[in-house]
Amino acid sequence: MDVTFDFNWAAALASLPHLLPGIPYTLLISFGGLAIGFLIGILFGLMRISPLAWLRIPAIAYIEIFRGTPVLVQVLFIFYGLPQLLGSPINALVAGIAAIAVNSGAYISEIVRGGVQSIERGQREAGLSLGLSRTQAFRYIIWPQALRRMIPPLGNQAIISIKDTSLFSVIGVGELVRQGQVYIATTFTALEVYLMVALLYLAITWSLSLILRLLERKGLVGQ
Amino acid sequence: MSSSQTPTSETPIVRMDKVNKHFGDLHVLKDIDLEIAPGEVVVIIGASGSGKSTLIRCVNGLEEFQYGHIEVDGNELLPNGKSAKALQTIRTEVGMVFQQFNLFPHLSVLDNVTLAPIKVRGTPRQQAVANARRLLERVGIADQADKSPTQLSGGQQQRVALARALTMEPRLMLFDEPTSALDPEMIGEVLDAMRELARDGMTMMIVTHEMGFAREVADRVIYIHGGQIVEQGPPGVVFDNPQHERTQSFLSRVLKH
Ligand SMILES: Nc1ncnc2c1ncn2[C@@H]1O[C@H](COP(=O)(O)OP(=O)(O)O)[C@@H](O)[C@H]1O
Ligand SMILES: [Mg+2]
Repeated sequence: MDVTFDFNWAAALASLPHLLPGIPYTLLISFGGLAIGFLIGILFGLMRISPLAWLRIPAIAYIEIFRGTPVLVQVLFIFYGLPQLLGSPINALVAGIAAIAVNSGAYISEIVRGGVQSIERGQREAGLSLGLSRTQAFRYIIWPQALRRMIPPLGNQAIISIKDTSLFSVIGVGELVRQGQVYIATTFTALEVYLMVALLYLAITWSLSLILRLLERKGLVGQ
Repeated sequence: MSSSQTPTSETPIVRMDKVNKHFGDLHVLKDIDLEIAPGEVVVIIGASGSGKSTLIRCVNGLEEFQYGHIEVDGNELLPNGKSAKALQTIRTEVGMVFQQFNLFPHLSVLDNVTLAPIKVRGTPRQQAVANARRLLERVGIADQADKSPTQLSGGQQQRVALARALTMEPRLMLFDEPTSALDPEMIGEVLDAMRELARDGMTMMIVTHEMGFAREVADRVIYIHGGQIVEQGPPGVVFDNPQHERTQSFLSRVLKH
């Protein structure tokens, strides 16, 4: 059998200017969603470890629902489903950010819970025994230590969420994959363009990993 | 204001009345009655699991109790944690040193010592730092102030923990096996610092297995077994002439080697 591998570098490079406009959307959806997801994660993660059932139970429900359903279904629900309820359409970019926010928020809740619970009981007791209030003990002793331990799993979650945004081409938001699809529709160079799209994702996720590794080496995160 | 007594120097700093504590089905403290006078050094001994830690942790409210009543320097602790306001006052007046040091690893040695005065008392940073340096000097680790606690030896860490507790100028100090996690060669430096504190007149409740230290420093030794005070008295009496069979067998086990 004669397989001709006919990769057209010129076509790959030519696609770049058409793909690059997708990057700001990809980054905006990812990091906009993650920033909100982080706030959600702090709130629900702390509710999750509350001794009060009326705080704990809604947090458990939220976490289970959004970890147990695909992010693609979540974004379809927000973009196509919610407008039926609200009676007005939702901007695709907003829907994308919201989907990453609620989805990453569920995972980040568990990261927050794990981080806070990993701090030895004696730390809190030492704080309380010095006369700090429970809030002060949390703020000055537990949270700063928990945050350091949370950074590696948060970085991991960020990489997952960045990749998840690739699914949002289905709602027509102009992120990387969408730009690629639009370009391929006129050039029929799927091999070259999707390779470039993949490389651009790698560039983003590698940069993030690199930053995290630098932080870790400087001793700013982890134990 | 339930008491009509006028406070004198003889008013006990700690008064425990019929304190009972349960962990689920486990009755950990049984009718503990205990008074501790200002300046008194009390050493609590007993087998592992007898309730020593639980007893002293009730004094600063790290453990709740279910029945009875505790008064610390005139502040009353009620059963089931129903005394949030008194609790905060008590905790600023009662210092505690833990077996595992429990230093804050994300803060420098100096910041470990200044955190509470600054956040709880609102002491100006400069003054808190000066005070912290003086206390670190006193426990012999002034030169380590800017290090991370994780860089210090166990003995040094425990002395930082002592300085950290002293910075709140407590009226009472609790020690829960302060030397049990230390390598043998570091026990002496921590006991020395505690000895000096006792000499300066600090009221202390100490849980320890260091019987030599107890004999030398304690005004009173309390033997507890199964959550009950079995025997108490001056070290000379409890160690050399214990009245109860249980105390005798406990001491013969721990003093054998
Ligand atoms: N948080 C807890 N939950 C349940 N049981 C506990 C807890 N803390 C201590 N206990 C139990 O209470 C008893 C007394 O413990 P403790 O006061 O730590 O003893 P000691 O300090 O004398 O070794 C032990 O049987 C111990 O297992
Ligand atoms: Mg103990």
